[in-house]
Amino acid sequence: MMVGHVAPSGAARKFSAMHFGKIVLLFASLVALAAWTSNPRREGQQSAPPTVATTRTDGLAAWQQVYSVLTHPRCINCHTATNYPQQGDDRHRHFANVLRGPEGKGVPALQCVTCHQTANADSTGVPGAHDWHLAPFSMKWQDLNDKILSSTEICRSLTDRSKNDNRDGAALLKHNTEEPLVLWAFQPGRRSDGSMRTLPPLTHEEFVTATRTWVEAGTPCPQTR
Amino acid sequence: MEIYTITVNGLSKQVTVDPGTPLLWVLREELKMTGTKYGCGIAACGACTVHLGGVATRSCVVPISLVGSRPVVTIEAMATDPVGRAVQDEWVSLDVVQCGYCQSGQIMSAAALLKSIPKPTDKDIEESMGGNLCRCATYVRIREAIKSASQQLKV
Amino acid sequence: MLETLTTGNVLDLTRRSFLRVSASTAGGLLVSMYLGLPLAAQEGAQPKPKAYPPDAFAQIRPDGKILITVNRLEFGQGVYTSLPMILADEMDADWSQVIAELAPAADVYKDPLYGIQMVGGSGSIAHSFQQYRELGAKTRAMLVAAAADQWKVAPDQCRAEASVVHGPSGQLAKYAELAQAAAKQPVPATVQLKDPSQFRFVGKHVRRLDSRPKCDGSIKFGLDLDLPGMKTAVVAHSPVFGGRVKTFDDKAARSMEGVREVFEIPLVRGTAVAVVADKFWTAKQGRDRMKIDWDLSAAKPADSAQLFADYKELAHSPGNVAVNRGDQKAMDAVATSNRIVAEYEFPYLAHTPMEPLNTTIRFDGDRAEVWAGSQFQTVDQMAIAEVLGLKPEQVTFHTEMAGGGFGRRAVPDSHVQREAAAIAKRLRGTPVKLVWTREDDVQGGYYRPMHVHRIEIGIGHDGMPVAWRHVIVGQSILTGTPFAALLIKNGVDETAVEGTVDTHYNIPNFHVSAHHPQVNVPVLWWRSVGHTHSGFVMETLVDELATRAKTDPIAYRLKLLSPDAKKLRACLALLEEKSTAWRKSVPRNHAVGIACHESFETGVACAVEVSIEDQRPRIHRATITVDPGVAVNPLTIESQMQGGLGFGVTQLMAKGAITLKNGRVEQRNFDGYTPPYIKDAPVAVDVHIVPDTEKPSGCGEPPVPVITPAVVNALAKLTGKRYRSLPLASI
Repeated sequence: MMVGHVAPSGAARKFSAMHFGKIVLLFASLVALAAWTSNPRREGQQSAPPTVATTRTDGLAAWQQVYSVLTHPRCINCHTATNYPQQGDDRHRHFANVLRGPEGKGVPALQCVTCHQTANADSTGVPGAHDWHLAPFSMKWQDLNDKILSSTEICRSLTDRSKNDNRDGAALLKHNTEEPLVLWAFQPGRRSDGSMRTLPPLTHEEFVTATRTWVEAGTPCPQTR
Repeated sequence: MEIYTITVNGLSKQVTVDPGTPLLWVLREELKMTGTKYGCGIAACGACTVHLGGVATRSCVVPISLVGSRPVVTIEAMATDPVGRAVQDEWVSLDVVQCGYCQSGQIMSAAALLKSIPKPTDKDIEESMGGNLCRCATYVRIREAIKSASQQLKV
Repeated sequence: MLETLTTGNVLDLTRRSFLRVSASTAGGLLVSMYLGLPLAAQEGAQPKPKAYPPDAFAQIRPDGKILITVNRLEFGQGVYTSLPMILADEMDADWSQVIAELAPAADVYKDPLYGIQMVGGSGSIAHSFQQYRELGAKTRAMLVAAAADQWKVAPDQCRAEASVVHGPSGQLAKYAELAQAAAKQPVPATVQLKDPSQFRFVGKHVRRLDSRPKCDGSIKFGLDLDLPGMKTAVVAHSPVFGGRVKTFDDKAARSMEGVREVFEIPLVRGTAVAVVADKFWTAKQGRDRMKIDWDLSAAKPADSAQLFADYKELAHSPGNVAVNRGDQKAMDAVATSNRIVAEYEFPYLAHTPMEPLNTTIRFDGDRAEVWAGSQFQTVDQMAIAEVLGLKPEQVTFHTEMAGGGFGRRAVPDSHVQREAAAIAKRLRGTPVKLVWTREDDVQGGYYRPMHVHRIEIGIGHDGMPVAWRHVIVGQSILTGTPFAALLIKNGVDETAVEGTVDTHYNIPNFHVSAHHPQVNVPVLWWRSVGHTHSGFVMETLVDELATRAKTDPIAYRLKLLSPDAKKLRACLALLEEKSTAWRKSVPRNHAVGIACHESFETGVACAVEVSIEDQRPRIHRATITVDPGVAVNPLTIESQMQGGLGFGVTQLMAKGAITLKNGRVEQRNFDGYTPPYIKDAPVAVDVHIVPDTEKPSGCGEPPVPVITPAVVNALAKLTGKRYRSLPLASI
C-alpha cells in the first residue's frame, strides 16, 4: 500500500486553482517520502492515514513526549537490558538480588509476585499492579550499562513488530491506554518511608493523547544524529 | 478495622484488623503463629517468607487486604509437606542452623524452589535463595542441604 | 563488694534434690548479684575459685532426661550444644537423653573469669570448659557414690556409662533411679577428670540440640514472646544522637485503634517518645505518625566526611603510645624508596543481627520480670533494677534464645533495656514488649567505630620490615564503661589496637599509638572488635611486603612470624597442606589470596579463590585452618569458621557502611546498608582444625578478620590495585 498518501481535504478542493493543487500534491509527496524514509521497516504496518493536522512534525513532537514518559523511572525501571530490574528515581539495581528469570517474572523462590501484588501496598511501600513482571529483552530501553537508549533507538524498537509483540499503531495505542502496568506508572503509590513515588512528566491522559498523535502521524521516528 | 477470612495451613481463620496490616503481623499477632519472622519489614531479607497461593511470598509487605482467597502456607506446615519435610530433615542432618532466626524463611524459599525445580543446579539454588539474608552466613550449608534434599526427594 | 545468699539456701544448694518438679523451683537459685565492678576488674584481685553447685547445672528427670543449664546466651555460636556436651561427657550421660536450657540471670551462672554473666570475647568454651567438666565429673561422682552405697561396694569398683552405673558384680542402676539418693551425697571438693582419650562426645562432630525447633517454626525467640495482657511499645528516637523531646503531637497516633499510651521517656542520653499499643503493627504505625519537635542543641552532629578528614589529619602525628619497641630512629635510615606509607579507612558498621532488638518487662512495684536475649545479663539486670528503683535480686531475668548478636546484645550502658524499663515502669502491672524496628536498629548507633590507620614501614634489603610506625585513630569503645579501668591503659583503648600491638610478626622498631576522638556516635564491639580493622591492615601490608620481596605469601609470613607463634605456624602449615593443590590450578581469571591472624588466643589461616563477576569479588572457595586448642565440637567449629568468613564479608559489601551526614544516619534498612547474601559469601568453605591439646580458646570471632584481607590480596593480583579503604565500593 502506498503510504503517506494524502487525500485532498475538502478545504483544498475549494481552491480549484491548479497551482494550489500542485502544491498540495508536492507537499503530500514530500510527507510521504519523509515518512517512508524514516520508517524503512514499516512494510506491512497499518496506520491510520494521517490527517493534514497530524503532520510528521506533530508526530515527532508527540513522540518526544511519549519518549519522556517511557524513559521516566516509573516505566524504564522494568525495561532493562540486563538480568535485573531497577528501582528508585536513581534507577539503581533492585535490592535483594531480584532477577529477571527465564520469563521476566523472577525465579522460583524470588518471583516478582513474591512481593509485588496486584495493587499498591501503601501500608508497606511496595508497588503493585496486575501481573507485575519485566518487559522482555526485545523491549529493552537501556543498554547493558543501564544507560538509557536514544529517542531514535527506542522509537525504532517500539515500532519494530518483530520486537514489540507484533503490535501495530492501534495496538500500541491500546497498550498505552489500557495495560495495567502502564496505568500503574501514573498511580505508583507510596514508598516505605511514606513519601509518594514521583510521577512521569505527563498525566496518563496526556500520555494517551501524545501516543494517539504519534500513531496518527504514522509513528514517525526521529532521524539518527 | 475490618473482618478478613483467610485460609492458613488449610484452616479458615477470621481476623479483625486494619486493612493495611501486613500478613506477617496477622500471622504472628492475631493467629499467634510466630514461626514466620520479622527481619526487616521491607522484603529485603526473606525471614517472613510464606507460600501464598503456592508462590513464595514475603508476608511483611503484603497487606491482609490483598490476600483474598489464596491459601496461606507457613513454616508450621512444612513438617507434613513432603518437600518441606525433606528440606527440614537435611537442614538438621547437615547442621545448617546457627542462630536460626532466618531459617523459617530459608526453608520456605528452598521448598518453593524444589517444588518448582526438583533437581536444581547450583545456579538455580543461588538465584532462588539469592534474596534470603543470613547474618550468621550459613550459606555454605544451605547450598549443600538443598542439593541433598533434592536427592532425597523422588522425582 | 557484697555477696549475700538467699537465707536458708546456702547449705541446701549442695543437697538439693535432682528431681525438679517445675521451673518455679529454679527461683530458689537466685542469689544477690555482685554489686559494683566485675570480679576481674578489682585491682590486683584474682577471681576466687568458686563453688558451682552441680544441681544448678544438671537435673536428672524421672524419665531419664538430663536437663543441662547453659550459662551463656545461645545466639548461633552453638553453646547450647557444646557446653552440655562437656558436662555430659564427664558425667557419662546418655547423650540422646540430654536437653538444654538457657540459664536465667543468677550469680552461679557468671563467667568464671569475668565475674559477670555474659557472652563475648569468644570466651564461652574457653572460660567454662574446665567448669563444665568439673560439674559433670562431680555429678557423676555423686551418682556413683549413691550406687556404691546401695550395693555396699567401693565407688572405684563401679563404672558409669550412658546414664547407667555398673557395679562389680553385674549390678546396674539408671541415673534416674539414683538421682534422689545422689542428691544426698556430699558434693566432692575435687574430682578426677577424664583423660582426653576417654572423651565420648568432646572432640566429636555432634549435631546441635536446637536444630529441629529452629527448622519447624516452634522455637521462640525474644521477639516471639506472648504473655497474657501484653502490650507492645515502639519508640521514636531523635534523628541525631542525644536529642531531647521538646514537644510532641500524638493526635494522629492516638486516633489509631489499639494505641494505648504515648509518653516521653528518658534515655541514657537525651529523651524519646514511646508509643504503646495492643499490637506491634499498631505501635509502629502510631510511632510513624508522631510529630516531634526535637531539641538538638546538645546533640552535636557527626558527619562521616568531616570525621574522615579530621581522622586523617590526626593520623599524621603519634597518639598515646601503645607499643614502643626498639629504636624509632631506625626509620630515618631507610631510603624513602624503601618505605611503604599507607593510609587505611574504615567506616561505621552496624551489627544488624537478624532478630531485631527487643525486651519484655513486667514491673509489679516490688519486683520485675524480664525476658531478653541478652549477652550481658548481669549488667542488664542491674540497669533495669536501677531504672525501676529495685535491687537486682528483685529482678527475675530470663535469657531468651537470640537471633544473632555479634556484640550488639552486650551493651555496657544497657540502653535498650533501660528504654524497656522506663516504659514498663509507666505501665505497672502490664507486661510490655519493646521492639526496635530494623530502621531503629540501622539508625540507632552502637556501631563498630570508624577508623583511620596510618602506617609507615621501612623495608630492609632482604624485603623484611626493619621499622614500623603505626597510628590508629578511632573512638574508644570502653571509655565511660565499667571496663575502662581494666582495658584502657595510658590513654589507649586496648580494643582499638588489638591485632597490632599483640602481633606475632617479629617486627623490629615497632611503634603503635592511638588517638581516641570523642564523637557523638555511640560505639560498640562488632564481632572480633579491633581485629576487624587491624587484621585487614596487617594482613594486606604483609602481603604487599611479600609481593615486593617476590616471596610466596605463606613463606613470607612464616619467615616474618616469631618462632614461638605456635598456633599461626601450625595453621599456615596445615593451610599449605590442604590448599596447595587447588591453589596451583585456579582458572585464568581467578586469583588466590592468603591471610592469617590470631585473635582471642585462636590462630586462623585462610586461602581464598576469587574472580571478579559483575564488578564484585566472587569468592569461589575458601580453605581455612584453625587452632583453637582442644576442639570441643568440630562441627560447631566448622560452622563458626564458615559463618565467620561469611559474616566478615560484610566489610567488603558495596553498601557495607553506615555513614552520617549532618548528624543523621543516611541508611535506613537493608536496602541502604546491605550485608552479604548467598552470592556474596564464599561458595564453598573447607575447614581444617589443627589437632591441639592446649586449653580450648574461642571460635566465634577468630575467622572474621581474615576474609577481608584474603579477598583483597587476591583482588590485588587481578587488578594490580591495593585496596585500603573499606567497604569496597568499587573494584
